[in-house]
Formats: sequence, structure tokens, C-alpha cells
Amino acid sequence: MSFFGFHYRLERKAIGLTLGIICAASIGGLVEIAPLFTIHQTVEDAPDMRVYTPLELAGRNIYIREGCYACHSQMIRTLRDEVDRYGPYSLAVESKYDHPMLWGSKRTGPDLARIGEKYSDPWHVEHLNNPRDVVPVSVMPAYGWLLTTELRTDDLGLHLKAQRAVGVPYTDDMIANAAADAYAQSNPDSPLADGVTKRYGKATTMRAFDGNPSHLTEMDALVAYLQILGRLTDAAHKTIAQGGAEQ
Amino acid sequence: MIAQLTVIERQRAILISVAVAICGGLIVIVGRGDPMGIHGALIFLVAFLMIFRIGANYYTPAPSEDRLASYYDDPSKVGIVLSMAWAVIGLAVGDWVAWQLAYPDLTFGQAWSSFGRLRPVHTTSVIFGFGGNALIATSFYVMQRTSRARLPDQVTPWFVVFGYNLFCLLAVTGYLMGVTQSKEYAEPEWYTDLWLVVVWVTYFVLYLRTLARRKEPHIYVSNWYYMAFILVVAILHIVNNLAVPVSLGHAKSYSAFSGVQDAMTQWWYGHNAVAFFLTAGFLGMMYYFLPMRAGRPIYSYRMSIISFWGITFFYMWAGSHHLHFTALPQWVQTLGMTFSLMLLIPSWASAGNVLLTLNGAWDKVRDDATLRFMMVAGVFYGLTTFEGSFMAIRSVNSLSHYTDWTIGHVHAGALGWVAMITFGSIYACVPWLWKRERMYSPRLVEAHFWLALSGSVIYVFAMWNSGIVQGLMWRTYNESGTLAYSFVDTLIAMHPYYIARAVGGLLFLIGGCLGAYNIWMTIRVPGASASRTSDVPEPAVVGAGALQAAE
Amino acid sequence: MIEHAFLVGLSKSFGLFYLIALSVAVVIYAMRPSNRKQFDDAAQSIFRDEAGPWE
Repeated sequence: MSFFGFHYRLERKAIGLTLGIICAASIGGLVEIAPLFTIHQTVEDAPDMRVYTPLELAGRNIYIREGCYACHSQMIRTLRDEVDRYGPYSLAVESKYDHPMLWGSKRTGPDLARIGEKYSDPWHVEHLNNPRDVVPVSVMPAYGWLLTTELRTDDLGLHLKAQRAVGVPYTDDMIANAAADAYAQSNPDSPLADGVTKRYGKATTMRAFDGNPSHLTEMDALVAYLQILGRLTDAAHKTIAQGGAEQ
Repeated sequence: MIAQLTVIERQRAILISVAVAICGGLIVIVGRGDPMGIHGALIFLVAFLMIFRIGANYYTPAPSEDRLASYYDDPSKVGIVLSMAWAVIGLAVGDWVAWQLAYPDLTFGQAWSSFGRLRPVHTTSVIFGFGGNALIATSFYVMQRTSRARLPDQVTPWFVVFGYNLFCLLAVTGYLMGVTQSKEYAEPEWYTDLWLVVVWVTYFVLYLRTLARRKEPHIYVSNWYYMAFILVVAILHIVNNLAVPVSLGHAKSYSAFSGVQDAMTQWWYGHNAVAFFLTAGFLGMMYYFLPMRAGRPIYSYRMSIISFWGITFFYMWAGSHHLHFTALPQWVQTLGMTFSLMLLIPSWASAGNVLLTLNGAWDKVRDDATLRFMMVAGVFYGLTTFEGSFMAIRSVNSLSHYTDWTIGHVHAGALGWVAMITFGSIYACVPWLWKRERMYSPRLVEAHFWLALSGSVIYVFAMWNSGIVQGLMWRTYNESGTLAYSFVDTLIAMHPYYIARAVGGLLFLIGGCLGAYNIWMTIRVPGASASRTSDVPEPAVVGAGALQAAE
Repeated sequence: MIEHAFLVGLSKSFGLFYLIALSVAVVIYAMRPSNRKQFDDAAQSIFRDEAGPWE
């Protein structure tokens, strides 16, 4: 056997092993995941569902930045005690605009999928500022600096654009007015407020979330996000009225 | 180390470093005003140091041709040292956050030190820093010896080692600044992910190039596992991290997937990261270092092949057991559960192979703490895979999911299996690499073993208890049909377990520090005995040496 | 547009056959008597001290 022929044969064996691993490993993923990309053909639809406002999206990004998913889930399972504790179980459609999803895997703190409007804005502000002021045994870190950190809004249009690139239906109008809408949502008396309701619907919560309308802080954004959780659509309440929990 | 490089290799290394420095500089410019800019500066600094380091030694005499007669182990040595450094960092941060859950004000009011930011620092440091470096270092070691072939060149392995550590560094510093995708075990942002793809592809090609030079027609099974680890992690990493950045100057990106697709993709990734990073890679390590240390061939080579294909095939289907009772379609959940149960077969075949290989050499296990590390790793592997299959059953999962039981399960695997097999392999490998008769202090190895074992057991029992207690409290009803406990009630019940867990973690950390010290001293203090000449370890001699030392 | 039901059906049928076929192939490969010597040899191969790379 020539020197080169010898090498060629060995080369082929390693490549064969590589291909074998790819074939064995990829099929499971394809079989399991591929059907999920056509799932919108079968799951419930929610025509009333709206997208996150720029302020809520900014709040969601703070939630992501701080790694809240490490301790809080956003996925109520179809179990009786979960429904009794947190509300109607989560539907697939409810997180269809969540890039990425924040279902979480651990509840060091409670589930937040339906936390929206369960507590008042001042409660959230106080709780985030120092959780032990309102829940003495809480083990959550204090996020006091959110109240004093100005929210960055100049690039919100770019954020909405990137969201649109991955499939969230933001309009040109929404992208062009992202920064103004973020400001107006936490400042309902401003002349820009009409634009928010026009673009995101009359039901949009417009409040000075951190209690101070003159400053747009990260606290405004995060509380705005927490207050919309579970409220982008009514689909879950309707479904559970028809069906109910499994166990 | 640079003296080993030929002049051409020095030039190549400088060229690569210059290219990286330019990338760093560009990132500084486009990412100014964003955390990305800070990362650009960090990349530039690292590359600059590298250029300076090579440049300072540029005119040292070129190495002789003799170097080709022995294996190229410098990258493995550096990888092992880095691995231990990451171990100490990762374990320390892990224990810190464990104490934070008992005493939440241990954040000291800083943004970077809150649990949410430190937790990925812990996971990335231990999984990718400690585990990843150990895998890369041992894979270079094992593939050269099992192929009886030298690494094909002397620049690529350095690129893999340093490039990989740059990835870890960017990831960890990013979390502290709030740069994260919030995808578990895939937190780094898009530019860091892209860099890892470059490093990883280079790693795989290097592996194939080395194998192509081998003399043995058969590829030893360790290499199969290492190759599956590299290959599948690449596939998982690329698919799960598909994202659209806000702009080229923004660290922030948005995942290409949303909702239920994202959840399935994420746990397909997450579960197979466990399978191919934390299992396959370390099995590769085990199949070489265990027989070598014990001085006995693996009990059943056939079983190792069957379990290899079993693991490669079954694991890929099992990810959906992370999503029981969620909005994921039920048939996918059932599929995940079924395959999780079937996984028990290849997993126990591997664990059985460990114990059966040692059967008949129990006196060595008794006397040699290094071999005992590997034995206990095998036992924990068997226990954890059994527990994993059990927890994948829907009704069990309804109790265990979202609780500390999961944390206990993960740590039984991570501390008991991954860390133990790694420490065992490193203790075996360090004297061979640095040509010492034995470790600096066998008594410290012994102390490390007992600290690691007791730490793991305390940790895992604390989490089992807290998880089951919390799971049961969540679902307990009053006679009147309302929930008996508020969430806050369960927090109070958790407190003592959280303290116990932090104590267990502390023991494990102390063990890790002893290990790092012992390894450092082994490297620094030349052995009294004559240094060994062979590049291939002599298992029987090494075993006997450790045996005497332990007495 | 690919039908969801089609993909699910493919997963459930083809996926299963693929699994069985692969398992059988692996067991045959590992257990074939003619491969025995090769595997025993491989298990011993790591102990052969040839003091360095062969080239």
C-alpha cells in the first residue's frame, strides 16, 4: 500500500465517524423540532394580541439583562395547584412575540406569567427597590439603582426594527416613534400620549410607573413590563373557561 | 513555550494576534457607548499582550528537529492550569450566590453582584471554564497518545486554547455588565458566540488532522466521545444562538426563535449540552484515564461502543422533558419522556463499565485517591442518570420541576460525575505531563477527595430535601379546598436547606483550592526522583507509586 | 407549505424506524464475532508504550 493510499483510508474512517455522529445526533432534533415550526397551523390564535410597547420591550430587556429568569418562571403548567396559585395555565400563543421566551426553569421566586396588575405600581417600585421592605423573608436582590438610572431610548427604534426582522409585526410608524412612545407611556399628560394609544390600542397602560413623570427611568420600563405580563391577550382566560386544568 | 515554536509559527501566531487585535479595535469603534465597546477593548488588550509576549521571544533560537520525536503537550499543560483557575473562580462564585439565597444582602447593593448576573458567571465558569478547558487539554493529550501522532502543527492548538479562554472571559465579563441573552447555558451574546464558532471549527479540524496522521487503523473509543462532543456542541451552539443583533454596534440581539419554538430549541440545546458537553466529553476522558490509572483495559470495549451510539442517538430526543405540562404539544413531551427512560440503558452501560473495570482492583481504589475520584465519578454518573430518567417521568416531573430538586440533580451530575472524573483525570495526568514521579502531596489529594465527596453529598441531600418539601408545599390543599401554603411560607421552609447547601458548596470549594495548590506545587517543585523519559505513562508504575505514597 | 400533520406523522413513523434500524446496526457492529479481535486489541492499545509519535 502506498503511503498516500494508506493515509487516504484513515482519513475516510474519521470522516465516516463524523458523518455517523451527525446522522445519529441530528435526526432526533429534526423529528422533534421541525414539526414545531408549523405549529401555528394548529394552535389557538389570539386576534386580540398586541405587541409590546417600546417601554415594555425596554423593561423586558432589563428583565433579561438582570437574569430574572434564573429565579422566576413565566410558564404556568396545566396543573390544578398552579392554576389556583397563579391563574389560567399559559398558552403557546401568549409568548409568540417573546424573542427569546422567558419560561424559566426554576421558581426560587414565584411565577410571573400573570403578575400584570396584581400589585400596584408603588408596590412594585418599593419591592424592586428593596424586596424586604414589603416581603420580610424575601431572598430577592435589591434593585435600587433602577430608580436613579435614566432609560436609554435613543436606540429603541433599532430594537423594534430588529424585532421586526425576527417576525414581530412592528409597523414603520411604531419604529419611527419608538423613543417618543416610550416617553409618553410613562407620562400620560404629555401631548405625545395620543400616539401611544393610536399605535398600541386604547387599553395600553399609561402611567408614571415609578411615580415620577418627569424622569424616564429603568424602573418605569421594568414596572411597565411586569404590569403587562399575562395581559397581551385574553386568550388564556377564554380557554380555561371552556376547558379547565388537567389534574 | 515560545522557544518551541519555529520562526514561521511565531510569525503566524503574531499575524493571528494582529488580526484579533484589529477586530478588537473595530469593536471598540462601532460599540462605543455600549458594553460591546468595553469588550472590544478587552479583546484588543488580550491580543496586544499576546503579540508582546511572542515578540519579546521572537529571536530566541529556533527549536531543533528533536521536538518531533515527542508529543506536543504545552497546550495541554496550559489548559489544565487554566481549568483549575476557572474551577476555583466558578466554585467560589457558586458558593457566594448560594450564600446570597440564604442572606440576600450579600450583594452589597451592587448591580453586578446580584444573583441574576452572578449565576451565569458561576455556570459558565464551571461548565465552560473548568469543564471545557479540562476537555480541551485532555483531548489533546489523549488524541496524540491513542493515535501515536503528534499534533499537526504548533499554532492551531494554542489558538484553540487561548481563543476558547477568550470566549469564556468575554462571556463572564459580559454577564457582570448585563450582557446576556437569558438563554440558560447559552447566555453569551452574538459576537461572543460567533467567536466561539471560529474557535470550535478550528478545534474540530485540528482533531481530524491529528487523527489523519495516526498509525493505528482503529480509532480508540475515547476519540469517538471527544469528537461527538466537539461536533454536536457545534451544531447545538449554532442553531440555538441564531439571532439578529440590534445593530453591529449593539451587544444586544434578539433570538430568531420565539415562544414555544424557542423553548424547544433552548431545551434541545440545554439538554444536549448536558449530553455532549458534560457527558460525552467526560466519558472520553474516563475511557482513557481510568484504564491507564488502574492499569487494566476497559472491561468491555463493545459496551463502550454500544453506549456511545446509544447516547449519541437517544439524548437528542430527550430535551422536551424539561417542558412537561407546558404549552409544548403533548406528543413531544411524551417522546421526550420515553427517550429519557431509554437513555438509562447506555448510561448504565457506561457506569457499569467503570465499576467492572475496577472489579478486581479494589485494593488500588482503596489506596489511591486518584482512582477513587474516578470510581466515585462512575457511581455518581450511574445515580444521576437514573435520577434523570426518573425525573423525566411526567408525574414525577410535576413535583420536581421548578424546585431545588432539579438543582440537586444537576449538582449530583456536575459535582459528583463531571468534577470528580476531571479531578481524577487531572491528578493522573499532571505527573505524566510534567514528568514527575507523583503529585506534590498525595495526602492533599486524599483530603481533596473527602472534601469533594462530603461537599457533594451535603449539597445534594440539602437540595433533594428542599426540592421535595417545596414541591409538596406548593400542591398541598386545605380541607376547604384552598392552597395551604403561600409562596412566602415555602421560602421560610427553604432557609435551613439553603444554608446547608452553601456549607456543602464551601467544602467542595476548599477541596478545589487544595487541588489547585497541589497541582501548582507539583509543577513548581521538581520531583526528587529522576524525571521520566517516556511520553507514554506507565500505568502500573504510577499506580504503585501512588500506593506507596498514600500509606 | 409543509403540513403540520405530515411532519408529525413523519416524526412518529420514520423516526421510529430510523431508531430501530440504527440500534440494530450498532448492536450488530459491536457484537459481530469477526470484530472481536479488533476491539480487544483496541482496549489494549493504550498500554503499548512506543515512547512518542511514530513519524
